[in-house]
Amino acid sequence: MAMRLHQTRFAMIRCAMLAVAVALFALVAAPALAQQPSSVNPSASAVKEQQLLQALGSGGALSGRVSIPDRKAGTLIQPNGREWRAFHEGTLRWVGGIAILGMLALLVVFYLIRGMVRIEKGRAGTSIVRFSGFERAVHWMTATCFVILALSGLNVTFGKSLLLPLIGPDAFSTFSEAAKYAHNFLSFPFAIGVVMMFLMWLAWAIPDGTDVQWVREGGGLVGDKHPPAKRFNAGQKAIYWVVVLGGAAAAVTGYLLMFPFYATDVAGMQTAQSIHGIVAVLFIAIMLAHIYIGTIGMEGAFESMGTGEVDVNWARQHHPLWLDEQQARTGAGGPRAAMQPAE
Amino acid sequence: MARMKFLCDADRCIECNACVTACKNENEVPWGINRRRVVTLNDGKPGERSISMACMHCTDAPCAAVCPVDCFYTTADAVVLHSKDLCIGCGYCFYACPFGAPQYPKVGNFGSRGKMDKCTYCAGGPEADGSKAEYEKYGANRLAEGKLPLCAEMCSTKSLLAGDGEIIAQIYKERVAKRGYGSGAWGWQTAYRESIAT
Repeated sequence: MAMRLHQTRFAMIRCAMLAVAVALFALVAAPALAQQPSSVNPSASAVKEQQLLQALGSGGALSGRVSIPDRKAGTLIQPNGREWRAFHEGTLRWVGGIAILGMLALLVVFYLIRGMVRIEKGRAGTSIVRFSGFERAVHWMTATCFVILALSGLNVTFGKSLLLPLIGPDAFSTFSEAAKYAHNFLSFPFAIGVVMMFLMWLAWAIPDGTDVQWVREGGGLVGDKHPPAKRFNAGQKAIYWVVVLGGAAAAVTGYLLMFPFYATDVAGMQTAQSIHGIVAVLFIAIMLAHIYIGTIGMEGAFESMGTGEVDVNWARQHHPLWLDEQQARTGAGGPRAAMQPAE
Repeated sequence: MARMKFLCDADRCIECNACVTACKNENEVPWGINRRRVVTLNDGKPGERSISMACMHCTDAPCAAVCPVDCFYTTADAVVLHSKDLCIGCGYCFYACPFGAPQYPKVGNFGSRGKMDKCTYCAGGPEADGSKAEYEKYGANRLAEGKLPLCAEMCSTKSLLAGDGEIIAQIYKERVAKRGYGSGAWGWQTAYRESIAT
Protein backbone atom coordinates (compact mmCIF):
# COMPACT_ATOMS: atom_id res chain seq x y z
CA MET A 1 0.00 0.00 0.00
CA ALA A 2 2.74 2.37 0.98
CA MET A 3 4.55 1.30 -2.10
CA ARG A 4 1.58 2.14 -4.34
CA LEU A 5 1.13 5.50 -2.64
CA HIS A 6 4.70 6.27 -3.28
CA GLN A 7 4.32 5.30 -6.91
CA THR A 8 1.26 7.50 -7.29
CA ARG A 9 3.00 10.46 -5.74
CA PHE A 10 5.97 9.90 -8.02
CA ALA A 11 3.68 9.77 -11.04
CA MET A 12 2.10 13.03 -10.00
CA ILE A 13 5.50 14.72 -9.75
CA ARG A 14 6.39 13.34 -13.15
CA CYS A 15 3.19 14.71 -14.60
CA ALA A 16 3.84 18.12 -13.15
CA MET A 17 7.36 18.17 -14.47
CA LEU A 18 6.17 17.16 -17.93
CA ALA A 19 3.59 19.94 -17.86
CA VAL A 20 6.27 22.47 -16.91
CA ALA A 21 8.51 21.17 -19.71
CA VAL A 22 5.71 21.39 -22.28
CA ALA A 23 4.88 24.90 -21.13
CA LEU A 24 8.54 25.92 -21.38
CA PHE A 25 8.86 24.39 -24.83
CA ALA A 26 5.72 26.14 -25.98
CA LEU A 27 7.09 29.43 -24.68
CA VAL A 28 10.35 29.00 -26.57
CA ALA A 29 8.93 27.51 -29.75
CA ALA A 30 5.89 29.72 -30.18
CA PRO A 31 7.59 32.60 -32.03
CA ALA A 32 9.46 30.17 -34.29
CA LEU A 33 6.28 28.38 -35.22
CA ALA A 34 4.53 31.64 -35.91
CA GLN A 35 7.30 32.61 -38.39
CA GLN A 36 6.91 29.47 -40.53
CA PRO A 37 4.99 30.29 -43.71
CA SER A 38 2.05 28.14 -44.55
CA SER A 39 3.82 26.83 -47.71
CA VAL A 40 7.39 26.94 -48.98
CA ASN A 41 8.25 29.02 -52.05
CA PRO A 42 11.47 27.48 -53.37
CA SER A 43 11.94 30.18 -55.96
CA ALA A 44 11.80 33.06 -53.49
CA SER A 45 15.57 33.53 -53.52
CA ALA A 46 16.29 31.71 -56.79
CA VAL A 47 18.75 33.30 -59.16
CA LYS A 48 17.00 34.94 -62.10
CA GLU A 49 18.75 35.26 -65.43
CA GLN A 50 17.31 38.68 -66.20
CA GLN A 51 18.42 40.12 -62.85
CA LEU A 52 21.88 38.61 -63.15
CA LEU A 53 22.31 39.92 -66.70
CA GLN A 54 21.17 43.38 -65.68
CA ALA A 55 23.62 43.38 -62.79
CA LEU A 56 26.50 42.58 -65.13
CA GLY A 57 28.92 45.30 -66.06
CA SER A 58 30.31 45.48 -69.57
CA GLY A 59 32.75 42.69 -70.15
CA GLY A 60 31.13 40.62 -67.44
CA ALA A 61 29.81 37.11 -67.66
CA LEU A 62 27.46 34.90 -65.68
CA SER A 63 29.70 32.33 -64.10
CA GLY A 64 29.27 29.48 -61.70
CA ARG A 65 30.84 26.23 -60.65
CA VAL A 66 31.34 23.25 -62.92
CA SER A 67 32.35 19.78 -61.85
CA ILE A 68 34.30 19.03 -65.03
CA PRO A 69 38.04 19.81 -64.87
CA ASP A 70 37.82 22.63 -67.42
CA ARG A 71 37.23 25.63 -65.13
CA LYS A 72 36.68 27.91 -68.13
CA ALA A 73 33.45 26.04 -68.78
CA GLY A 74 32.07 27.72 -65.64
CA THR A 75 31.12 30.73 -67.76
CA LEU A 76 27.44 30.30 -68.48
CA ILE A 77 26.62 33.35 -70.58
CA GLN A 78 28.97 36.10 -71.80
CA PRO A 79 26.75 38.64 -73.60
CA ASN A 80 29.65 40.89 -74.64
CA GLY A 81 30.41 38.50 -77.50
CA ARG A 82 27.74 40.51 -79.30
CA GLU A 83 29.69 43.76 -78.97
CA TRP A 84 32.79 42.04 -80.25
CA ARG A 85 30.83 40.66 -83.17
CA ALA A 86 29.52 44.13 -84.02
CA PHE A 87 33.07 45.44 -83.84
CA HIS A 88 34.54 42.71 -86.00
CA GLU A 89 31.84 42.66 -88.62
CA GLY A 90 31.17 46.39 -88.64
CA THR A 91 33.59 48.86 -87.09
CA LEU A 92 36.80 47.04 -88.03
CA ARG A 93 35.75 46.57 -91.65
CA TRP A 94 34.83 50.24 -92.01
CA VAL A 95 37.92 51.56 -90.26
CA GLY A 96 40.14 49.17 -92.19
CA GLY A 97 38.50 49.83 -95.54
CA ILE A 98 38.59 53.59 -95.17
CA ALA A 99 42.14 53.68 -93.79
CA ILE A 100 43.66 51.43 -96.44
CA LEU A 101 41.68 52.48 -99.50
CA GLY A 102 41.79 56.11 -98.34
CA MET A 103 45.58 55.96 -98.07
CA LEU A 104 45.86 54.33 -101.49
CA ALA A 105 43.65 57.04 -103.03
CA LEU A 106 45.64 59.73 -101.26
CA LEU A 107 48.92 58.33 -102.59
CA VAL A 108 47.58 58.12 -106.15
CA VAL A 109 46.36 61.72 -105.99
CA PHE A 110 49.63 62.83 -104.44
CA TYR A 111 51.62 61.06 -107.14
CA LEU A 112 49.53 62.66 -109.87
CA ILE A 113 50.05 66.13 -108.40
CA ARG A 114 53.58 65.95 -107.09
CA GLY A 115 55.05 63.14 -109.16
CA MET A 116 58.32 61.53 -108.21
CA VAL A 117 60.51 63.73 -106.03
CA ARG A 118 63.62 64.14 -108.19
CA ILE A 119 67.24 64.61 -107.24
CA GLU A 120 67.29 68.27 -108.24
CA LYS A 121 70.96 68.55 -109.13
CA GLY A 122 71.01 65.18 -110.82
CA ARG A 123 73.07 62.28 -109.66
CA ALA A 124 76.58 63.05 -108.54
CA GLY A 125 77.69 59.60 -109.55
CA THR A 126 79.34 59.06 -106.21
CA SER A 127 77.59 57.39 -103.33
CA ILE A 128 77.74 57.12 -99.60
CA VAL A 129 76.83 54.20 -97.36
CA ARG A 130 73.50 54.80 -95.65
CA PHE A 131 72.50 51.42 -94.29
CA SER A 132 74.84 48.55 -93.46
CA GLY A 133 74.21 45.02 -94.66
CA PHE A 134 73.00 44.09 -91.19
CA GLU A 135 70.54 46.98 -91.08
CA ARG A 136 69.18 46.06 -94.49
CA ALA A 137 68.87 42.39 -93.53
CA VAL A 138 66.84 43.32 -90.44
CA HIS A 139 64.72 45.73 -92.47
CA TRP A 140 63.89 43.20 -95.17
CA MET A 141 63.29 40.34 -92.77
CA THR A 142 60.78 42.50 -90.90
CA ALA A 143 59.32 43.89 -94.12
CA THR A 144 58.80 40.47 -95.69
CA CYS A 145 57.14 39.21 -92.54
CA PHE A 146 55.02 42.34 -92.38
CA VAL A 147 53.69 41.95 -95.91
CA ILE A 148 52.71 38.32 -95.30
CA LEU A 149 51.25 39.14 -91.88
CA ALA A 150 49.29 42.01 -93.39
CA LEU A 151 47.85 39.99 -96.26
CA SER A 152 47.01 36.98 -94.09
CA GLY A 153 45.52 39.27 -91.47
CA LEU A 154 43.42 41.17 -93.99
CA ASN A 155 42.24 37.80 -95.28
CA VAL A 156 40.70 37.06 -91.87
CA THR A 157 38.65 40.24 -91.95
CA PHE A 158 37.99 40.79 -95.65
CA GLY A 159 38.73 37.44 -97.29
CA LYS A 160 35.25 36.01 -97.00
CA SER A 161 33.82 38.99 -98.87
CA LEU A 162 36.57 39.47 -101.45
CA LEU A 163 38.36 36.17 -102.05
CA LEU A 164 35.85 33.49 -101.06
CA PRO A 165 33.37 34.27 -103.86
CA LEU A 166 36.20 34.12 -106.38
CA ILE A 167 37.89 30.84 -105.50
CA GLY A 168 35.17 28.89 -103.69
CA PRO A 169 34.98 27.56 -100.11
CA ASP A 170 37.43 24.65 -100.38
CA ALA A 171 40.29 26.57 -101.97
CA PHE A 172 39.60 29.53 -99.70
CA SER A 173 39.74 27.38 -96.56
CA THR A 174 42.97 25.72 -97.69
CA PHE A 175 44.47 29.13 -98.37
CA SER A 176 43.16 30.61 -95.12
CA GLU A 177 44.52 27.76 -93.03
CA ALA A 178 47.97 28.16 -94.61
CA ALA A 179 47.63 31.91 -94.08
CA LYS A 180 46.78 31.34 -90.40
CA TYR A 181 49.91 29.25 -89.88
CA ALA A 182 52.01 31.81 -91.76
CA HIS A 183 50.50 34.56 -89.61
CA ASN A 184 51.23 32.68 -86.40
CA PHE A 185 54.78 31.57 -87.19
CA LEU A 186 56.03 34.67 -89.03
CA SER A 187 54.97 36.75 -86.06
CA PHE A 188 58.14 35.57 -84.31
CA PRO A 189 60.73 36.89 -86.83
CA PHE A 190 58.57 40.00 -87.20
CA ALA A 191 58.59 40.67 -83.47
CA ILE A 192 62.33 40.02 -83.29
CA GLY A 193 62.83 42.39 -86.23
CA VAL A 194 60.85 45.13 -84.50
CA VAL A 195 62.93 44.77 -81.34
CA MET A 196 66.16 44.87 -83.38
CA MET A 197 65.08 47.97 -85.32
CA PHE A 198 64.09 49.60 -82.05
CA LEU A 199 67.58 49.10 -80.63
CA MET A 200 69.45 49.64 -83.90
CA TRP A 201 67.99 53.02 -84.86
CA LEU A 202 66.89 54.45 -81.52
CA ALA A 203 69.87 56.84 -81.39
CA TRP A 204 68.69 58.62 -84.57
CA ALA A 205 64.97 58.46 -83.87
CA ILE A 206 64.76 60.80 -80.88
CA PRO A 207 62.82 63.93 -81.93
CA ASP A 208 64.83 67.17 -81.84
CA GLY A 209 64.78 70.76 -83.10
CA THR A 210 65.31 69.90 -86.76
CA ASP A 211 62.03 67.99 -86.75
CA VAL A 212 60.04 71.10 -85.89
CA GLN A 213 61.38 72.90 -88.94
CA TRP A 214 60.91 69.80 -91.07
CA VAL A 215 57.27 69.50 -90.13
CA ARG A 216 56.68 73.24 -90.50
CA GLU A 217 58.07 73.17 -94.02
CA GLY A 218 55.97 70.18 -94.99
CA GLY A 219 58.97 67.91 -95.11
CA GLY A 220 59.78 69.14 -98.57
CA LEU A 221 56.92 67.05 -99.84
CA VAL A 222 54.54 69.98 -99.83
CA GLY A 223 56.07 73.16 -101.20
CA ASP A 224 59.60 73.41 -102.56
CA LYS A 225 61.65 73.98 -99.45
CA HIS A 226 64.34 71.56 -98.32
CA PRO A 227 64.26 71.42 -94.56
CA PRO A 228 67.59 70.06 -93.36
CA ALA A 229 67.59 66.68 -91.69
CA LYS A 230 70.02 64.48 -89.87
CA ARG A 231 70.17 60.77 -90.58
CA PHE A 232 66.41 60.47 -90.15
CA ASN A 233 63.99 63.30 -90.83
CA ALA A 234 60.81 63.78 -88.82
CA GLY A 235 58.80 61.64 -91.24
CA GLN A 236 61.22 58.76 -90.91
CA LYS A 237 61.24 59.14 -87.15
CA ALA A 238 57.45 58.97 -87.22
CA ILE A 239 57.61 55.77 -89.28
CA TYR A 240 60.13 54.39 -86.81
CA TRP A 241 57.85 55.01 -83.86
CA VAL A 242 54.83 53.68 -85.74
CA VAL A 243 56.73 50.46 -86.40
CA VAL A 244 58.09 50.18 -82.86
CA LEU A 245 54.88 51.05 -81.01
CA GLY A 246 52.46 49.57 -83.53
CA GLY A 247 54.57 46.46 -83.90
CA ALA A 248 54.77 46.05 -80.13
CA ALA A 249 51.01 46.51 -79.73
CA ALA A 250 50.26 44.09 -82.57
CA ALA A 251 52.72 41.52 -81.22
CA VAL A 252 51.49 41.65 -77.61
CA THR A 253 47.80 41.46 -78.54
CA GLY A 254 48.56 38.80 -81.15
CA TYR A 255 50.34 36.57 -78.66
CA LEU A 256 47.44 36.93 -76.23
CA LEU A 257 45.25 35.46 -78.99
CA MET A 258 47.77 32.84 -80.04
CA PHE A 259 48.10 31.50 -76.51
CA PRO A 260 44.48 31.45 -75.36
CA PHE A 261 43.86 31.59 -71.61
CA TYR A 262 47.54 31.90 -70.73
CA ALA A 263 47.03 35.50 -69.65
CA THR A 264 43.47 36.52 -70.44
CA ASP A 265 39.91 35.27 -70.36
CA VAL A 266 37.44 35.59 -73.23
CA ALA A 267 36.71 39.25 -72.49
CA GLY A 268 40.44 39.95 -72.56
CA MET A 269 40.77 38.17 -75.89
CA GLN A 270 37.92 40.22 -77.35
CA THR A 271 39.71 43.40 -76.30
CA ALA A 272 43.03 42.05 -77.58
CA GLN A 273 41.52 41.20 -80.95
CA SER A 274 39.90 44.64 -81.23
CA ILE A 275 43.20 46.40 -80.51
CA HIS A 276 45.07 43.99 -82.79
CA GLY A 277 42.67 44.65 -85.68
CA ILE A 278 42.60 48.44 -85.38
CA VAL A 279 46.37 48.76 -84.88
CA ALA A 280 46.96 46.43 -87.81
CA VAL A 281 44.80 48.24 -90.37
CA LEU A 282 46.25 51.63 -89.40
CA PHE A 283 49.75 50.12 -89.47
CA ILE A 284 49.10 48.80 -92.99
CA ALA A 285 47.77 52.16 -94.18
CA ILE A 286 50.85 53.97 -92.85
CA MET A 287 53.21 51.38 -94.31
CA LEU A 288 51.65 51.98 -97.72
CA ALA A 289 52.88 55.55 -97.49
CA HIS A 290 56.30 54.28 -96.38
CA ILE A 291 56.46 51.91 -99.37
CA TYR A 292 55.36 54.71 -101.70
CA ILE A 293 58.02 57.20 -100.65
CA GLY A 294 60.66 54.48 -100.65
CA THR A 295 59.92 53.44 -104.23
CA ILE A 296 58.07 55.46 -106.86
CA GLY A 297 57.63 58.50 -104.64
CA MET A 298 61.26 59.58 -104.55
CA GLU A 299 64.15 59.19 -106.92
CA GLY A 300 67.18 57.62 -105.30
CA ALA A 301 65.40 56.55 -102.13
CA PHE A 302 65.06 52.84 -102.74
CA GLU A 303 68.78 52.25 -103.14
CA SER A 304 69.35 53.20 -99.50
CA MET A 305 67.65 49.94 -98.51
CA GLY A 306 68.54 48.22 -101.78
CA THR A 307 72.27 48.48 -102.19
CA GLY A 308 72.66 50.36 -98.95
CA GLU A 309 74.36 53.29 -100.70
CA VAL A 310 72.77 56.55 -101.76
CA ASP A 311 73.88 59.17 -104.24
CA VAL A 312 75.71 62.03 -102.58
CA ASN A 313 73.44 64.60 -104.20
CA TRP A 314 70.42 62.73 -102.89
CA ALA A 315 71.94 62.82 -99.43
CA ARG A 316 72.75 66.53 -99.74
CA GLN A 317 69.18 67.29 -100.78
CA HIS A 318 67.40 65.21 -98.16
CA HIS A 319 69.82 64.67 -95.29
CA PRO A 320 72.43 67.45 -95.48
CA LEU A 321 73.23 67.46 -91.76
CA TRP A 322 73.83 63.71 -91.83
CA LEU A 323 75.98 63.99 -94.99
CA ASP A 324 78.14 66.70 -93.42
CA GLU A 325 78.54 64.60 -90.32
CA GLN A 326 79.54 61.53 -92.31
CA GLN A 327 81.95 63.42 -94.52
CA ALA A 328 83.54 65.05 -91.49
CA ARG A 329 84.02 61.65 -89.99
CA THR A 330 85.58 60.08 -93.07
CA GLY A 331 87.93 63.02 -93.52
CA ALA A 332 88.01 65.19 -96.63
CA GLY A 333 84.59 64.10 -97.67
CA GLY A 334 85.98 62.11 -100.53
CA PRO A 335 83.46 60.29 -102.61
CA ARG A 336 82.53 57.03 -101.03
CA ALA A 337 82.46 55.28 -104.40
CA ALA A 338 86.16 55.79 -104.84
CA MET A 339 86.79 53.66 -101.81
CA GLN A 340 84.90 50.77 -103.28
CA PRO A 341 86.90 48.11 -105.05
CA ALA A 342 86.44 48.18 -108.78
CA GLU A 343 84.03 45.59 -110.00
CA MET B 1 9.84 22.71 -90.32
CA ALA B 2 10.41 22.84 -86.64
CA ARG B 3 12.58 25.46 -85.00
CA MET B 4 14.71 23.29 -82.70
CA LYS B 5 15.78 24.74 -79.36
CA PHE B 6 17.07 23.67 -75.98
CA LEU B 7 15.43 24.76 -72.75
CA CYS B 8 16.87 24.02 -69.33
CA ASP B 9 14.32 24.22 -66.52
CA ALA B 10 16.72 25.25 -63.77
CA ASP B 11 14.13 24.58 -61.07
CA ARG B 12 14.29 20.90 -61.99
CA CYS B 13 18.00 20.44 -62.74
CA ILE B 14 19.69 18.41 -60.00
CA GLU B 15 23.19 18.75 -61.45
CA CYS B 16 23.54 15.02 -62.05
CA ASN B 17 25.61 15.64 -65.21
CA ALA B 18 23.93 12.76 -67.02
CA CYS B 19 23.44 15.07 -70.03
CA VAL B 20 27.19 15.75 -70.11
CA THR B 21 28.00 12.06 -69.94
CA ALA B 22 25.34 11.08 -72.47
CA CYS B 23 26.67 13.65 -74.93
CA LYS B 24 30.27 12.55 -74.54
CA ASN B 25 29.35 8.91 -75.03
CA GLU B 26 26.83 9.25 -77.83
CA ASN B 27 29.10 11.48 -79.92
CA GLU B 28 32.45 9.96 -78.96
CA VAL B 29 33.57 13.46 -78.00
CA PRO B 30 37.37 13.59 -77.68
CA TRP B 31 39.18 13.94 -74.38
CA GLY B 32 39.31 17.50 -73.15
CA ILE B 33 36.24 18.65 -75.06
CA ASN B 34 32.84 19.17 -73.48
CA ARG B 35 30.01 20.02 -75.80
CA ARG B 36 27.68 20.33 -72.84
CA ARG B 37 28.31 21.20 -69.21
CA VAL B 38 26.27 21.92 -66.11
CA VAL B 39 26.97 25.25 -64.43
CA THR B 40 25.84 25.85 -60.86
CA LEU B 41 25.15 29.46 -59.94
CA ASN B 42 25.21 30.60 -56.29
CA ASP B 43 26.68 27.24 -55.37
CA GLY B 44 25.92 26.39 -51.75
CA LYS B 45 23.90 29.53 -51.17
CA PRO B 46 20.16 30.07 -51.00
CA GLY B 47 18.70 30.31 -54.46
CA GLU B 48 21.30 28.01 -56.00
CA ARG B 49 20.36 26.85 -59.48
CA SER B 50 22.07 24.54 -61.96
CA ILE B 51 21.78 25.02 -65.68
CA SER B 52 22.81 22.58 -68.36
CA MET B 53 24.34 24.58 -71.20
CA ALA B 54 25.60 23.79 -74.68
CA CYS B 55 25.32 25.45 -78.08
CA MET B 56 21.90 27.13 -78.12
CA HIS B 57 21.67 27.10 -81.92
CA CYS B 58 21.08 30.84 -81.94
CA THR B 59 18.93 32.81 -84.32
CA ASP B 60 21.36 34.93 -86.38
CA ALA B 61 24.23 33.02 -84.80
CA PRO B 62 27.24 35.18 -83.79
CA CYS B 63 29.68 32.34 -84.52
CA ALA B 64 28.49 32.15 -88.12
CA ALA B 65 28.67 35.94 -88.48
CA VAL B 66 32.29 36.23 -87.39
CA CYS B 67 33.67 33.06 -89.02
CA PRO B 68 36.39 34.21 -91.46
CA VAL B 69 35.86 31.19 -93.72
CA ASP B 70 32.05 30.99 -93.48
CA CYS B 71 32.10 27.37 -92.34
CA PHE B 72 28.75 27.55 -90.50
CA TYR B 73 25.35 26.76 -91.89
CA THR B 74 21.86 26.54 -90.46
CA THR B 75 19.74 23.49 -91.24
CA ALA B 76 16.05 23.50 -92.10
CA ASP B 77 15.41 22.70 -88.42
CA ALA B 78 17.31 25.87 -87.46
CA VAL B 79 20.20 23.83 -86.06
CA VAL B 80 23.54 25.65 -86.38
CA LEU B 81 26.19 23.29 -87.77
CA HIS B 82 29.66 23.74 -89.19
CA SER B 83 32.06 22.04 -91.57
CA LYS B 84 35.28 20.79 -90.01
CA ASP B 85 36.74 20.54 -93.52
CA LEU B 86 36.45 24.31 -93.89
CA CYS B 87 37.21 25.34 -90.27
CA ILE B 88 40.72 26.74 -89.83
CA GLY B 89 40.71 26.80 -86.02
CA CYS B 90 41.11 30.56 -85.64
CA GLY B 91 39.08 30.85 -82.42
CA TYR B 92 36.84 33.72 -83.54
CA CYS B 93 33.59 31.82 -82.96
CA PHE B 94 34.73 31.27 -79.39
CA TYR B 95 35.19 35.02 -78.85
CA ALA B 96 31.72 35.74 -80.24
CA CYS B 97 29.73 32.87 -78.70
CA PRO B 98 27.71 33.99 -75.65
CA PHE B 99 27.52 30.41 -74.35
CA GLY B 100 31.12 29.22 -74.62
CA ALA B 101 30.00 26.46 -76.99
CA PRO B 102 32.95 26.22 -79.42
CA GLN B 103 35.71 23.94 -78.19
CA TYR B 104 39.11 23.30 -79.74
CA PRO B 105 41.27 20.21 -79.52
CA LYS B 106 44.83 21.17 -78.66
CA VAL B 107 46.69 19.89 -81.68
CA GLY B 108 49.87 21.92 -82.01
CA ASN B 109 52.49 23.66 -79.96
CA PHE B 110 51.46 25.79 -76.99
CA GLY B 111 47.91 24.43 -77.15
CA SER B 112 47.17 25.97 -80.53
CA ARG B 113 43.69 25.35 -81.74
CA GLY B 114 42.62 22.51 -83.97
CA LYS B 115 39.32 22.35 -85.78
CA MET B 116 36.43 23.58 -83.72
CA ASP B 117 34.01 21.13 -82.13
CA LYS B 118 30.64 21.96 -80.66
CA CYS B 119 27.18 20.59 -79.94
CA THR B 120 25.50 19.52 -83.17
CA TYR B 121 22.06 19.04 -81.60
CA CYS B 122 22.87 15.38 -82.37
CA ALA B 123 22.44 16.31 -86.03
CA GLY B 124 25.87 15.41 -87.42
CA GLY B 125 27.47 17.57 -90.07
CA PRO B 126 27.59 18.24 -93.78
CA GLU B 127 28.48 14.65 -94.71
CA ALA B 128 25.82 12.14 -95.73
CA ASP B 129 23.39 11.41 -92.87
CA GLY B 130 24.58 8.50 -90.75
CA SER B 131 27.81 8.03 -92.70
CA LYS B 132 31.03 6.88 -91.05
CA ALA B 133 32.79 10.11 -92.02
CA GLU B 134 30.02 12.14 -90.41
CA TYR B 135 30.18 10.12 -87.19
CA GLU B 136 33.94 10.41 -86.92
CA LYS B 137 33.93 14.18 -87.33
CA TYR B 138 30.73 15.24 -85.63
CA GLY B 139 29.27 12.29 -83.76
CA ALA B 140 25.77 10.89 -83.95
CA ASN B 141 23.05 12.09 -86.26
CA ARG B 142 20.01 11.23 -84.17
CA LEU B 143 17.89 13.92 -85.75
CA ALA B 144 18.10 12.13 -89.09
CA GLU B 145 16.80 9.02 -87.32
CA GLY B 146 13.85 10.96 -85.94
CA LYS B 147 15.30 11.14 -82.43
CA LEU B 148 16.02 14.15 -80.25
CA PRO B 149 19.45 14.96 -78.75
CA LEU B 150 20.43 12.31 -76.23
CA CYS B 151 21.22 14.82 -73.46
CA ALA B 152 17.57 15.87 -73.27
CA GLU B 153 16.26 12.36 -73.82
CA MET B 154 18.38 11.11 -70.91
CA CYS B 155 17.50 13.87 -68.47
CA SER B 156 16.21 12.15 -65.35
CA THR B 157 14.13 15.07 -64.11
CA LYS B 158 13.10 16.20 -67.59
CA SER B 159 14.76 19.47 -66.80
CA LEU B 160 16.55 19.69 -70.13
CA LEU B 161 14.05 19.92 -72.94
CA ALA B 162 14.82 19.65 -76.63
CA GLY B 163 12.45 19.97 -79.54
CA ASP B 164 10.45 22.52 -81.40
CA GLY B 165 10.74 25.85 -79.63
CA GLU B 166 7.02 26.47 -79.39
CA ILE B 167 6.27 23.04 -77.97
CA ILE B 168 8.98 23.08 -75.29
CA ALA B 169 8.04 26.66 -74.40
CA GLN B 170 4.44 25.47 -73.91
CA ILE B 171 5.60 22.60 -71.67
CA TYR B 172 7.65 25.02 -69.60
CA LYS B 173 4.77 27.48 -69.32
CA GLU B 174 2.44 24.76 -68.05
CA ARG B 175 5.02 23.68 -65.47
CA VAL B 176 5.44 27.21 -64.22
CA ALA B 177 1.68 27.74 -64.09
CA LYS B 178 1.19 24.53 -62.12
CA ARG B 179 4.01 24.85 -59.59
CA GLY B 180 3.81 28.61 -59.36
CA TYR B 181 7.43 29.55 -60.04
CA GLY B 182 10.18 29.36 -62.62
CA SER B 183 13.60 30.95 -62.90
CA GLY B 184 13.21 31.47 -66.65
CA ALA B 185 14.34 29.98 -69.92
CA TRP B 186 18.07 30.44 -69.50
CA GLY B 187 19.84 31.86 -72.53
CA TRP B 188 16.74 32.37 -74.63
CA GLN B 189 16.91 36.14 -74.53
CA THR B 190 20.52 36.04 -75.67
CA ALA B 191 20.11 33.26 -78.22
CA TYR B 192 16.69 33.90 -79.69
CA ARG B 193 15.91 37.46 -78.57
CA GLU B 194 12.77 36.22 -76.90
CA SER B 195 11.84 34.93 -73.49
CA ILE B 196 8.94 32.81 -72.37
CA ALA B 197 6.21 34.88 -70.72
CA THR B 198 5.06 33.00 -67.63
